[in-house]
Amino acid sequence: MSHRLGTGGRLIDRARPMDFTFNGKSMRGYAGDSLGAALLGAGQVLVGRSFKYHRPRGIVASGAEEPNALVGLGEGQRFEPNQRVTTTELFSGLKAVSQNHWPSLEFDVGAVNAKLWRFFPAGFYYKTFISPRPLWKHVYEPIIRRSAGLGKAPDAETRDADRYEQLYAYCDVIVAGGGVAGLKAARQAADEGKRVILTEQNPHFGGRAVVDGIEVEGQAAEDWVKAQVAALQAMPNVTVLDRTMVSGVYDHGYVLAYQRVADHTPGAEKPRHRLWRVRAGQVISATGAIERPLSFAGNDIPGVMLASAIRDFVVNYAVSPGKKVAIVTNNDDAYRTALALHAVGVTVPAVIDARKEVTGDLPAKARAAGIRVIEDCAVRYVEGGKSVTGVQLCRFNSDGGAVIETLACDALGMSGGWSPVVHLWSHCGGKLTWDEGRALFRPDANRPPLGHDGQGFVTCVGASNGEFDDEGEAAMLPVWLMPAQASYELRAKAWLDPQNDVKVSDVQLAAKEGYASVEHTKRYTTLGMATDQGKLSNINGLAILSDALGQPIPQTGTTTFRPPYTPISIGAIGGEARGGIFQPLRKTPIYDWHMAQGAYWEPVGHWRRPYCYPKTGETHGDAVKREINQVRKSVGLLDASTLGKIIVKGPDAGRFMDMLYTNMMSNLKVGKCRYGLMCNENGFLSDDGVVARLSEDTFLCHTTSGGADRIHGWMEDWLQCEWWDWKVHVVNLTEQYAQIAVVGPNARKVIEKVGADFDLSAESFPFMDWKEGKIGGIEARAFRISFSGELSYEIAVPASKGQAFWDKLMAAGAEFGVMPYGTEALHVMRAEKGFIMIGDETDGTVIPQDLGLNWAISKKKEDFLGKRGMEREAMVSPDRWQLVGLETLDGSVLPDGALAPLPGKNDNGQQETQGRVTSTYFSPTLGKGIAMGIVHNGPKRMGEVIQFQSAAGGTVAARIVDPCFYDKAGEKQNV
Amino acid sequence: MTRYSAFAIAREAMRQHTGWQKAWASPEPKAHYDVVIVGAGGHGLATAYYLGKNFGITNVAIIEKGWLGGGNTGRNTTIIRSNYLQDPSAAIYEKARSLYETMSQDLNYNVMFSPRGVMMLAQTEHEVRGYKRTEMANKLQGVETRFIGPAEVKRLVPIMNIEGPRYPVLGALWQARGGTARHDAVAWGYARACSAMGMHVIQNCEVIGVESVGGQVSAVATTKGTIGCNKLGIVVAGHSGHLANMAGFRLPIESVALQAMVSEPIKPAMDVVVMANTVHGYMSQSDKGEMVIGGGADHFNNYTQRGSWQHIEETVRALIETFPMLSRLKMLRQWGGIVDMTGDRSPIISKTPLGNTFINCGWGTGGFKAIPGSGWAMAELIAKGEPGSLARDFSMFRFREGRFIDESVAAGVAH
Repeated sequence: MSHRLGTGGRLIDRARPMDFTFNGKSMRGYAGDSLGAALLGAGQVLVGRSFKYHRPRGIVASGAEEPNALVGLGEGQRFEPNQRVTTTELFSGLKAVSQNHWPSLEFDVGAVNAKLWRFFPAGFYYKTFISPRPLWKHVYEPIIRRSAGLGKAPDAETRDADRYEQLYAYCDVIVAGGGVAGLKAARQAADEGKRVILTEQNPHFGGRAVVDGIEVEGQAAEDWVKAQVAALQAMPNVTVLDRTMVSGVYDHGYVLAYQRVADHTPGAEKPRHRLWRVRAGQVISATGAIERPLSFAGNDIPGVMLASAIRDFVVNYAVSPGKKVAIVTNNDDAYRTALALHAVGVTVPAVIDARKEVTGDLPAKARAAGIRVIEDCAVRYVEGGKSVTGVQLCRFNSDGGAVIETLACDALGMSGGWSPVVHLWSHCGGKLTWDEGRALFRPDANRPPLGHDGQGFVTCVGASNGEFDDEGEAAMLPVWLMPAQASYELRAKAWLDPQNDVKVSDVQLAAKEGYASVEHTKRYTTLGMATDQGKLSNINGLAILSDALGQPIPQTGTTTFRPPYTPISIGAIGGEARGGIFQPLRKTPIYDWHMAQGAYWEPVGHWRRPYCYPKTGETHGDAVKREINQVRKSVGLLDASTLGKIIVKGPDAGRFMDMLYTNMMSNLKVGKCRYGLMCNENGFLSDDGVVARLSEDTFLCHTTSGGADRIHGWMEDWLQCEWWDWKVHVVNLTEQYAQIAVVGPNARKVIEKVGADFDLSAESFPFMDWKEGKIGGIEARAFRISFSGELSYEIAVPASKGQAFWDKLMAAGAEFGVMPYGTEALHVMRAEKGFIMIGDETDGTVIPQDLGLNWAISKKKEDFLGKRGMEREAMVSPDRWQLVGLETLDGSVLPDGALAPLPGKNDNGQQETQGRVTSTYFSPTLGKGIAMGIVHNGPKRMGEVIQFQSAAGGTVAARIVDPCFYDKAGEKQNV
Repeated sequence: MTRYSAFAIAREAMRQHTGWQKAWASPEPKAHYDVVIVGAGGHGLATAYYLGKNFGITNVAIIEKGWLGGGNTGRNTTIIRSNYLQDPSAAIYEKARSLYETMSQDLNYNVMFSPRGVMMLAQTEHEVRGYKRTEMANKLQGVETRFIGPAEVKRLVPIMNIEGPRYPVLGALWQARGGTARHDAVAWGYARACSAMGMHVIQNCEVIGVESVGGQVSAVATTKGTIGCNKLGIVVAGHSGHLANMAGFRLPIESVALQAMVSEPIKPAMDVVVMANTVHGYMSQSDKGEMVIGGGADHFNNYTQRGSWQHIEETVRALIETFPMLSRLKMLRQWGGIVDMTGDRSPIISKTPLGNTFINCGWGTGGFKAIPGSGWAMAELIAKGEPGSLARDFSMFRFREGRFIDESVAAGVAH
């Protein structure tokens, strides 16, 4: 029976008791406790159920490597599944529930699986549930899914109540681990004047030294650690972070450190977690080592724990896992646990040692203290169910495993040696070497992870590097299975991975069946795939595998160490970027006005644009129709500020423009505008827009709203990588201007009323010209361009004046019934006019020629981007689908994306087709459905009626017509 | 080959599972084979399997640098769908999907194909139109898809937040017969079936050269010696450019890292596969209970199976917005694979400039779902020397001819 000891506990404050609940049962611990310590202190040995067999599970470890003791923590918006009790700090009011059982932790129906273990060996599901086929989906898989998984899902309908923070940091050296080795490394680097970040995953520094009570530099470890931490904290070039784990090392010294700021103070006005994204010159891994379990039958029964974990609980929290605690080991270190238990009055009935002769100093001390040491001995079988009641002993490597004695005990500490924590070394490709003497993998200093300079950038120190302070200790004996000749029945009860229920027999089966690569074994048996990612099980498992394959351990190798070292919250990865700000929201200067008008928004890239402005009682369709009618009849305003505005400037600007655009741009006159096309190298149309020549060496390129950043990047790409010697500079001024389109027959009157200091008349300011001046007293640049077919001025003003200018236009337009219109009206009007839209008529497979834009492709230019691509055989084929207008015979609106099917099927059984709809709308102007599409040989088939897919599943007849449905002569726009 | 069944398990349970045979043999290479396939991933093994099954060619070696199934087959997010826009893509992915449906029975190995349904969210008006277009195309291609509204989305995925605030869900393209499978099992099942046909699956055998006589392939030099062959199939995904170089030709391929991650396992919370291309992320829940998460490929070329952290952050942010409860789960593991990207992001199944040498590559971020269809088409190409209808459009020479199969509008970021 686990219990709290009367005295001791270096981390707890007995003056501050804390109440908490476990499965609704009230319990009490102390400030400073881990939840694991508090549970053990309250006598709670059984804390969970395993994944596959639903076997009873207790705490095994004392830290991040804990595989069993996972609980659901908190409630509602603060509930979190799968929290390790060993790394959860106790706080008053903590609520924990155990996982993976039904109906209760004590009585779990799923435990029937354990009775059927013979039928559920590794990989059994690959060999069965095969037929009949429908049963997998409808019966087997749902059952498997329900019984798998661990904790409950958090509530889907609430948002996380906590917030998360991220920050960037830079340092010369980051030290992971605040034990003695880490403190020394940090101090040395700091004394050299380097910028140092020291991280420790626990709330306390000192690692094992303070538990084991050794001396460091002639001082008690406890005092030395305190002094070092204080000294480091006082140094200006050092940042000391507790509760912070280096979770991953990435290329070029990029390091993630995960700080659990407020897990222990839920509801505090702090971020719950903080993710440090550190660029470090050097990474020092002082991450220590993790003790290995031993593989013997019943090693999964609650009460069987790592010997070092027992020591931690006793020394740090004054908690003992039992009244009579036996120890089983293959090394001297475990005797420290026996001595620690003995020192606080817990009975240690025996230390069971696999070695023939036990000779070290620590066993001598144990013997001197009266502790019985049994040599050449193994645990054959642990008796008990939900807790340990005793252990059967046998000779380790003789006598065929006959029971020599049954030892009564209520807990068992086990030690199979130590495994350095080499994760941070390995994340970026550091290689390992096998240390035969200590039976462990440690970093191979000759093969470190390499940085940008080809030099190693991670160094392991202390136990993480396989260096142990084990002077005076006798050699350990590698023990991978206990007893050495354990029978199948015993091997099938000897757990390697207690969470996923992987046993020695499973790994042996995998080897027998040819899953001989360590990765195959892992994937076939799920060894090491549990939430501890094999921290306890990997080495033992691959030793069993090596033995089964008859090859040395280093030849088997390890599986890949992947970040994170231990799981980190997804909330922390997301950081502050959530809800409304999860991506940057780009707003035009007139955004708030649109919002006040009740605009219905459409996301366009990171922008939000009004789709339409519905009035009370109006559908979106009604609103769009009203907006279009008003523009066509009188005047409307469009906030076109999102339109890309990129300046291209320099002596070589004309040459550069000629390469970017398919048209000739270098001959554009200052003061003039020209519509241009941009293609990628393959000749596919990628963007379009109007170019204005501002001066001899300056062009203003308008791009699509969604394309501005991409095109800017495209220009820079060419200038920086290919034409780096051209004297051209490009700058994206999209957000520096508000741009407002004043559109409709009364557009000129509205602007005149606002008052321009230049002549707006058609004669002086014709279509496709631009002018600068003041309009309504505001600096403005007006372009006579039109995307609607109406008389139109697009006017750019400084962004800061955008709203004021908009207000002036609205006021002046009032007498004409001016209205704002949104993107949908814009789209419909351009379709009525037969103008293409990037993203509708184009989809990355369309060349300008397909869209009847041959006129915009210069024949004179020697080269432009896409020219060569367009000359390839499939691009010049007469069989390409080409742009036409489409009108249904019944006036209905063709469905989006409808194809024109032909009779017959291709060799793959797919219906043949001859065209498709690219844009389709109800045109309020024409009072019927209109569409644009690309059709095989379309322009030569004017007037022909072909069938398109209808929304209902049949077909609908449409006539091929000219794509311009409105004012083909341009009489409306050129006035 | 011992047949797998519940009965076989019961029989073995009674004798301590001593009777199980090796799933596949591990022979030393012979001096010569009719066909050598380089790469024992899903595509390579499937190619070999259908060479045997469809064409009776079984004097075949599949040689693998590392462990079989250890490349992208063993590190993807296991999504299977065929809701592609372009005809050639829809044809091969639908062939693959239909072969997945019966793969467990065909191979007598449970690959756990689970037609749980795949939905691709539409979160902009533009995406709505795009998916409606795909739905229309799929109808004529014999691919069952349907555009569904937000209420249906929420019904199918109760943990989804469909109301924004940034990108409210406007609908989704739903393929009920898409789903997931157990990726390792696909490789293992094929390897076992190939081995049973007498083919040689040779692991830990790296190709170091390609030998030819008179413009025809004659052998591959490997770390286990020279292996002669009449025909050579190169099916090595991320390292295709490297192998092509040995065979004396160049490929229009770039290799980039694609990352994925899983959460700690939780009880069933989501049955279907959800892909959200506007925000760049996709997610499903494995039978083990982990939320399996993927996103876009890294933006720079490299061969490390790692990738850069900001991609994980971008993906996770997108998915927290889509599934707010994720915020309180933990990331268990992240990893990367090297994907081979072509200029149009569609694959290559093709003859090559070297005689009797064929290549299958360029599956980019979408290879797992194609495995059986890809193997089927590649086997036909190798057996007949000419592509059949499934492979015809995927020639490596299409880039020179301008015959692109560009799915960018439909596939978006995520395959």
